[in-house]
Amino acid sequence: MLLNASGCLDGLAAPDVVGQLDAFVTKTVTPLPRGGHEPVRIAETEVGMLNAIGLANSGIERFMAESLPRLVELGKPLWVSVGGFAATEFAQLCGQLDSRPEVSVLELNLSCPNVESLPEGAPAVVAAARAATSKPLFAKLSPAVPDLAETARAVQAAGVDGLSLVNTLRGLALDERTLRPVLAVGVGGLSGPALKPIALAAVFQAYRATGLPIVGMGGVRTGRDAWELIAAGAEAVALGTVLFADPGAPDRIRTELAAEAAAVGVDRPENGRGLAHAERHRQTPSLDPRLRVASSVA
Amino acid sequence: MLRREALSVLGTEPVGPYTLLRVRRGGIDRGVPGQFFMLQPPGRLLPRPMSLCLAPHGELGFLIDPVGVGTRALCSLTAGEAVPVLGPLGRGFRLDARRPLLVGGGIGIAPLPLASGALRQPPALLGFRSSWHAEAAELVPGAEVALDPVLVTDLLPSGSRGYDILACGPEPMLRAVGNAAPSAQLAWEAPMACGYGACHGCAVRIGGELKRLCLEGPVLPAAAVGAASEESSAACC
Repeated sequence: MLLNASGCLDGLAAPDVVGQLDAFVTKTVTPLPRGGHEPVRIAETEVGMLNAIGLANSGIERFMAESLPRLVELGKPLWVSVGGFAATEFAQLCGQLDSRPEVSVLELNLSCPNVESLPEGAPAVVAAARAATSKPLFAKLSPAVPDLAETARAVQAAGVDGLSLVNTLRGLALDERTLRPVLAVGVGGLSGPALKPIALAAVFQAYRATGLPIVGMGGVRTGRDAWELIAAGAEAVALGTVLFADPGAPDRIRTELAAEAAAVGVDRPENGRGLAHAERHRQTPSLDPRLRVASSVA
Repeated sequence: MLRREALSVLGTEPVGPYTLLRVRRGGIDRGVPGQFFMLQPPGRLLPRPMSLCLAPHGELGFLIDPVGVGTRALCSLTAGEAVPVLGPLGRGFRLDARRPLLVGGGIGIAPLPLASGALRQPPALLGFRSSWHAEAAELVPGAEVALDPVLVTDLLPSGSRGYDILACGPEPMLRAVGNAAPSAQLAWEAPMACGYGACHGCAVRIGGELKRLCLEGPVLPAAAVGAASEESSAACC
């Protein structure tokens, strides 16, 4: 299953990209409208891209009145990403969306790197949201935590139905000449290729720790990248930065993913879930003399 | 419908300090002057927005200022290589001008050769920082040139309110043109990751609100941005 990462696609502006996905995830909606950060908002780096959009959105009232009816016309399951600055705000948003049958899943953005972090911990926010809705809840987590498995278990205990892993990491780019931050607000969220090993580790750990459904994302550019996330434990894969350069990426990645699975005799890519966790085959002793010495010492 | 295609490079030509990148048009529509295309530089993560400069039969020509790693990579492409191109994107110039006048500054003249052709070579005023840069004026037939320290806005006719101005250039120039002619159409630029509304990176203040330049523009009526002062016009490099 292929989705977009929240904030990386405007379904109304690019419906033909949504048409290539299995579900559409909205940009994060907050209780009140937000204009977002002043420009400059994006910067390319050698290993990825920084953004500091600042959760620009029209607010929940306009979203429900204007955007939601039009998003339904896209004909895909809708995941609505919600964000706030206190557990009560998440609860309010989930409560308001709970009655809308056109919303399939609520994704809690617990980890936007471009706004101040939540005073309460993620489990408290999840618990408040859980009490406000019976819809499936996915928690989008930052990989920048001391122990992701522990965080994953905590939000699972608080009532989430799944995890979205990972959000961007904080990064900084300096102007080539002035050495001033390129982004107007200084620090932004790093996405793109640099995130892939980080996302793989997060999915790998969270799968072991919780067994929950996981949407894996972070640096996916090819079907091989998606296949690795599935092997690490993702049930679905979301595309972010790759969509910016290539709006045809979902179709391409879907084809490549099917080929990756077929190449190792797996009939459907989703059946490769967790392959990275299979017990390692016993290695035959290496003929490399250096390794022989090492193993004899051990 | 978004269309992205790997187009074959026909060659590059120096135009003063700039480079004219010529590619085979393939199945890409040329759009209208002022619209833009996202060109993927080899070895970079993100494409770069470029307005179309020339569109002779079967070709697309982009005038590029090699100011950063991405633009330098585009200018270094050689014949036979492929460059992925997405477009045309955004809103270009309205061509219903009764008394058109083209105004451009520096690399901002990029969309004006195409506009000149579409409008049957109207008068044009172009400003450059040096005579080397001003070699690009040859791309706009009949253009009058201002060289630094003379500003192109110094050349604006006193009755410029009677003209339908189509302008592209650095932010101070666009603001000056907008002040002199509130009916002018101004082509802006901003850093963009996608060009089709997905990244929200190209926000500019339009009518007091931050909006995406790729969808609302890049050509905007002067009145829409005239009151604001927080515009981003950083060149995409």
